[in-house]
Amino acid sequence: MTDHKQDIDEVSGVETTGHSWDGIKELNNPLPRWWLYIFYATIVWAIGYMIVMPAIPALPGMGMNNTLGISGHSDRAEVAKQIQELHTERATAGSRLVNASLSEIENDMSLQQFALAMGESAFGDNCATCHGAGGRGAKGYPMLADDIWLWDGTLDGIEYTLRHGIRHAEDPDTRRNSMPAFGRDGMLTPREIDDLVQYVLNLAGRDADRAAVDRAAPIFATQCVSCHSADGKGNRQLGAPNLTDHEWVFGGDPRDIRQSIYSARNAHMPAWQGRLDDPTIKALAVYVHSLGGGEK
Amino acid sequence: MTKVTLIRAGGTDASGQPPKHPPSLYAKRKQIYPKLAHGTFRTLKWVVMAVTLGIYYLIPWIRWPRGEGIPDQAVLADFQGEKFYFFFLEIWPQEIYFLGGLIILSALGLFLVTSLFGRVWCGYTCPQTVWTDLYIWVERAFEGDRAARMRLDHGPTNFNKVWRKTGKHAVWLLIAFLTGGAFILYWHDAPTIARTFFTGEAPLTAYFFAAILTFTTYALAGTMREQVCTYLCPWPRIQGALTDEHALNVTYRYDRGEPRGPHRKDQSWEGRGDCIDCKQCVQVCPMGIDIRDGAQLECIHCALCIDACDDIMKKVDRPTGLIAYDTDAAVEARACGQKPRYSLLRTRTVLYAVLIAALSILMLWGYTSKSTYEFNVLKDRSPPFIRLSDGRIRNGYTLKLVNKSTDSRSVDVSVLGLPDMDFEIIGLGDAPKGGTLQLSTPPHGVDRFRLLVTASPEGLPARTTLTVQIKDVATGETAVADAPFTTGDQ
Repeated sequence: MTDHKQDIDEVSGVETTGHSWDGIKELNNPLPRWWLYIFYATIVWAIGYMIVMPAIPALPGMGMNNTLGISGHSDRAEVAKQIQELHTERATAGSRLVNASLSEIENDMSLQQFALAMGESAFGDNCATCHGAGGRGAKGYPMLADDIWLWDGTLDGIEYTLRHGIRHAEDPDTRRNSMPAFGRDGMLTPREIDDLVQYVLNLAGRDADRAAVDRAAPIFATQCVSCHSADGKGNRQLGAPNLTDHEWVFGGDPRDIRQSIYSARNAHMPAWQGRLDDPTIKALAVYVHSLGGGEK
Repeated sequence: MTKVTLIRAGGTDASGQPPKHPPSLYAKRKQIYPKLAHGTFRTLKWVVMAVTLGIYYLIPWIRWPRGEGIPDQAVLADFQGEKFYFFFLEIWPQEIYFLGGLIILSALGLFLVTSLFGRVWCGYTCPQTVWTDLYIWVERAFEGDRAARMRLDHGPTNFNKVWRKTGKHAVWLLIAFLTGGAFILYWHDAPTIARTFFTGEAPLTAYFFAAILTFTTYALAGTMREQVCTYLCPWPRIQGALTDEHALNVTYRYDRGEPRGPHRKDQSWEGRGDCIDCKQCVQVCPMGIDIRDGAQLECIHCALCIDACDDIMKKVDRPTGLIAYDTDAAVEARACGQKPRYSLLRTRTVLYAVLIAALSILMLWGYTSKSTYEFNVLKDRSPPFIRLSDGRIRNGYTLKLVNKSTDSRSVDVSVLGLPDMDFEIIGLGDAPKGGTLQLSTPPHGVDRFRLLVTASPEGLPARTTLTVQIKDVATGETAVADAPFTTGDQ
């Protein structure tokens, strides 16, 4: 056996650990009693915790489950309960929205502020992914903040669009139109489509090939006027866009316009009836209307 | 076979063995039994205690009606409503710098008082001193004065000792609970929380803080006592910077007292000091120190030793004031045979007083001239601008208007800084060209309104600034806020 040298520090009289790091030694004092008892207490706590709370996962035969503990606590159940409480809390104010008409909500300052706050929050959760923050829009998703509307920019019109969506297959009341795919379905030749693109650019007041415009005029009259009107200003009943303004939902580049004529777009907006409750839909309608372009 | 070899370098005892009990760095607290003193300062301390405790326990109950829906408690830190009320004063969260100013004022006030009169805060008004004094009074009521308490503590555990100790601790706990309970009254409406606390309907924080304050009162005043001043509190250590040789402090006048020693009735007082070493000053000291050792960190300057010594001096027919409020400089001067000089007006004290005056004036001016509206204009960040079908540009804004007064008020809103523009507020309609729209706001109202400003982009840079102004219809008080107006990508 080796010699066991016990190194006692001369100042404190306490044994050192026996190691020396560059001449520095460490005293081997006993663990403080308070610390030690708290440590024991944490062990007791841990045992108690494992009995009372959900603790041990994936024991043999459990699959993906875990022990539930005596209390059967579940974080998911807690969250669901809190969401339920939120709905209950909102019910009082929400019922004020349900009982008032949309224009009443917009004109009563205290209702309006509640609706705008609720609408802003719901918009962020449900609408902004497509329509952009503040309704700024994106390629393929209409801008909601300006005064150019495809269907109806009044309060009731916005509420209808929210409830029934656009081309939402499962809703019989959905707003529906269908632009033919002139190129894909072989209704027009590629040359004719190219000319039509120039015609549309000309309608919008942009530079266009004069000759192509003249060639395309009769085609436009037969194929496009029925929906987009003779002056190209569109038809709100049919949801046909105004081709003379500066807004292009699917892009105003000649390539994008060509794509629109060739393959048609016929995009989709979900119907929110049933997915969002009545107060939220009304709040959203007021919010979207207040973004700036709402029609009277 | 292990062989134990002891290595050491000196400090061995006669047998060459290491010390059996290494010197401990921890000294256990020795119990102190302060004796009851009688005199001016003891009476003064009772009065100050009554006043300070009275203020603490009673102020939350004072009512101050402010209007419908607004708390009517005179002093209230309303966390839920996010305001601080003090009688006629109301501090909103945006004005929290006033509380900062108050704290600085309090600090300067303490500096001034300390540099003039010494540690009067510690000795008379500090909550630790007041509650410890109260607790010692309870202890004295149950267990008797110093000698009786010492006898009880060292005596056997019998029924007498048990009922006295239990009674004392019960009363201590009751006082602690009342103190902790009073604390939460400052943060909630007092009559309401006093009721709901016992029906279980109070918010969790109320129970939590009442429990903490009960525990700290009981522990700090009952058990820890002078250790708080000696070890915990930073104030005694700051005193070194605040008192100087010209500050009035509780001082043992050693020029008069030394040389000390016992004195018999028939002895002369010639050639000796007035101090007869009766140790009464030590026995009444709640800190357990000897003031004759000089100014020290542990002495809280409660002046009870002054009362005790004066009592004794009267009994031996000597003038009082052997221990008194005096300055170090004066004592030194007298010891050297010079005339003592008292200077209350010195650079330090004048400076503190000037700073206090300046800060007070600044805060008063700030408070009386602050606006009763909080008005902000927040420009929509997305989209930054909107092109309307007629080519004009529109920017959207959110107006945040806070009405800090307790009356409903109306304001006229106008938009300035843009030639040829139109604006509207949702719910109020379009403004007349070049005109205003009127908004009304309830008492303590925090409201948001949607403002839309439309202008032609011709002649405007990509980004310009407009000003929104509100003007109180009744008083004409105005507030303005600037916001950018963008007409294009920058």
